[in-house]
Amino acid sequence: MLEIKNLTKIYPGGIKALDNVSFTVPDGQFLAVIGLSGSGKSTLLRCINRLIEPTEGQILWNGKDITAASVDEMRKIRRHIGMVFQHFNLVHRSKVITNVLAGRLGYVNPAWSLVNRFPKEDMEKAIAQLERVGIADKANSRADELSGGQQQRVGIARALMQDPEMILADEPVASLDPVLAHSIMTHLEDINKKDGVTVLCSLHFLDLVHRYSDRVVALNAGKLVFEGDPKDIDDVKFKEIYGREAERVG
Amino acid sequence: MADNFKNSKKPIKASIWKSVKVGLIAFASMVIIAYGFEITQVDLEELRSEKRQESLVRVTRALAKPDLIEYDKEEIIFNAPVMIPCPATSMDLPEPNLNQPYLLVEPACGAPGDVVAVKGYNFAPNSEGPLRFVPGSDPSNVVTLGRDVVETDANGHFEAEFTLPKREGEGVQFIRASLQRNVGSPHLTRTAYDTWDKIVETVFLALLATIFGTALAIPLSFLAARNLMKPVKSPLTKAAMSLLGWPIGAVIGYLILVRIGQLSDLIGTNLWINLLTVAVSGGLVTLGLRYAVPESEEEEKVSFGTRAKRISLVIGAVFFLFLGIFQLSTLMRTLGMTLEGSLGKFGFIGYFLFQAGDIFGLSAPFVGALTAGATLGSMLGKVGQKFSETLPSSTLRIINAFVATLAVGITFMLIGFLIEWLYEIGNPVYTLWYPLGIGGALGLAMALLTKPNEALPVGMVIYTITRTMLNALRSVEALVMAIVFVIAVGIGPFAGVLALGLHTIVSLAKLYSEQVESILPGPLEAVEATGANRLQTIVYAVIPQIVPPYISYTMYRWDINVRMSTIIGFVGGGGIGFLLQQNINLLNYRGASAQMLAIAVVVASMDYISSVLREKTI
Repeated sequence: MLEIKNLTKIYPGGIKALDNVSFTVPDGQFLAVIGLSGSGKSTLLRCINRLIEPTEGQILWNGKDITAASVDEMRKIRRHIGMVFQHFNLVHRSKVITNVLAGRLGYVNPAWSLVNRFPKEDMEKAIAQLERVGIADKANSRADELSGGQQQRVGIARALMQDPEMILADEPVASLDPVLAHSIMTHLEDINKKDGVTVLCSLHFLDLVHRYSDRVVALNAGKLVFEGDPKDIDDVKFKEIYGREAERVG
Repeated sequence: MADNFKNSKKPIKASIWKSVKVGLIAFASMVIIAYGFEITQVDLEELRSEKRQESLVRVTRALAKPDLIEYDKEEIIFNAPVMIPCPATSMDLPEPNLNQPYLLVEPACGAPGDVVAVKGYNFAPNSEGPLRFVPGSDPSNVVTLGRDVVETDANGHFEAEFTLPKREGEGVQFIRASLQRNVGSPHLTRTAYDTWDKIVETVFLALLATIFGTALAIPLSFLAARNLMKPVKSPLTKAAMSLLGWPIGAVIGYLILVRIGQLSDLIGTNLWINLLTVAVSGGLVTLGLRYAVPESEEEEKVSFGTRAKRISLVIGAVFFLFLGIFQLSTLMRTLGMTLEGSLGKFGFIGYFLFQAGDIFGLSAPFVGALTAGATLGSMLGKVGQKFSETLPSSTLRIINAFVATLAVGITFMLIGFLIEWLYEIGNPVYTLWYPLGIGGALGLAMALLTKPNEALPVGMVIYTITRTMLNALRSVEALVMAIVFVIAVGIGPFAGVLALGLHTIVSLAKLYSEQVESILPGPLEAVEATGANRLQTIVYAVIPQIVPPYISYTMYRWDINVRMSTIIGFVGGGGIGFLLQQNINLLNYRGASAQMLAIAVVVASMDYISSVLREKTI
């Protein structure tokens, strides 16, 4: 279980990206995070694996306080939290298989990984994950030779290599067309349902939220403005989340 | 918002101010350029003088004809008698042999300044050469006067007018025609061969300097990259203990390595024994590391016994590694010496083996010192990290005060030691004890003024120090460095390699670090999020991104080094510059032109090679 308690992030320069946010995510849930651009979704997700240091508040995961973890402890925690990004964040010039193997870096011995040596079972595992997302034939291509949808699948395979208990997906489909968006979301859903991995996924389109998520939290200017079932977002709630001038499309 | 409002309210006033501003800037630029004219003495008067123009034309024409190809020459010389002024009595001149080449001078005497007709017969067809006055009565005199040049027709005949010079003499003087003709096929000149030798030397000089420079610039560039160093923070306990570990470890490492070196010397220089030791050491190192460094990080705590076993295995492996290096050095020197004699044309391989072995042997203690320093530094740093995480803050404060005082004090003392060595002050109170005191006080103040486990921006401190040192060294021109290295290793290309290598390190480290700063942050973030440590993040997210710019900068640096080595030669740093300078000083512009052409060809072809390489790697 992931508990966020009174989380606040103030960037240098005084911008309050998160303002006293609290909510809980039970294990195995598919949680959608919605809100306008700049409402604090990315900051929230990055605070959970401390790519961004929160200013105040606590994040408890299975009872352990992530915000108080030391550098070494944090590395060990990060190994179990996969992350998927809007712009995929693959290393373009590396091979697909190397990008996927990077997901094991927290587990392997640093000395061997520096000379690009991975245990045999990790190599096999990497191929298996690529098969799972359907691009095993691209294993030896360069990452930037792949299309956007394929790159995001590599991103998911990389996250899966970590044997994650939780996946943070930061607008994973915002750079993809609607067909690809559904295909990527299906992969995430599959991981959530079959492997029981908790998924926190920030999304822009409400139809995706309705279709894939169990529960939704909404942020507006860093404040939590909605928490509950996706079906409960009616027109009034919608305007609260997205502002008075917003119109529902699709 | 407020600014927009102001602008829209007073649009006219703003535009006048703008024109005035533009006018002022234009005026200021004019003044700066005008002052520049005065300072740099821009003056076309000299250019207009006839003498300058004549020399300019001569030099330009010489530069346009690089001294690369020549013919063998066949020269026919004939001296025709002439008298200045005409004698009172009739002249008794010898009759020329009409079957041989000969000159007729008509009249064969005259007052200075008179113009006489000179006709040549039976010379080689289409030959050319100077027609000169030979003063004195000796026809073999090499001193000649005049500037006339004549050319024969297809029958070997020419006619020319010749002005008699103001050289009056009692006896017979001569007019000499020395006409030359190209024989055989063209061939390369001596200059061309010399230029070839030296340009090869230059290319290799630049290549070695670039390789050495690049190898050292890459690690430095990471230390000088803001985006990598800024997140590096550590509590004072860790930083101070690590700082303390470095010099202590380095000294211990150096002493141990010297001992291992002596041990290696005891084994002696038998080829087979050396070979055996190298092979056995290599095997032991591989086996030891295989066993001691597991492939995956274990989840559960490793027992004390296993841990001790592993550590002793690693220590053993390191011992055999360095023993192996020393033995390899001896082996390479013996082998190199034998091969240099027996390989003939490929003797350079033996030479290389010998010198590389020498470099190994010489640098091993320093590498060992560095390794030991880094190891002890990081080990103590880990202990410090543990302290700052587990100990209560009051205890931590005491430990901080102690280690920070010691660490900063010793660092200052080492700097004082360097100052003592440089300036020979000879007073240990000033160079050792005062710095120790000041450093200790600073460290103590740091420990007392910060929170006990506050994360200090250690990365930015290292970044600033690295940058400052790079900038200071970069401002020393390679030419100046060459002068120093010529003193250290003598005149020759090796001094050039060292000078250019050092300059390459500092300037490439800066350029590289700027490339590191401009990489995409996304992959970095992604690799970090998987739980990778900093070194892994650099290897997996940073290095793949910087390969293409690194290659193109390295190639560009090689190109710069080739061009720089033309200057390095001026102070004795080897390369083609020596030849170029010599030819310029001898006013042999055709020779200099050949060397300039060679440099241009090398630079152009390297540009081509680098563009092909870049295309392949992007």
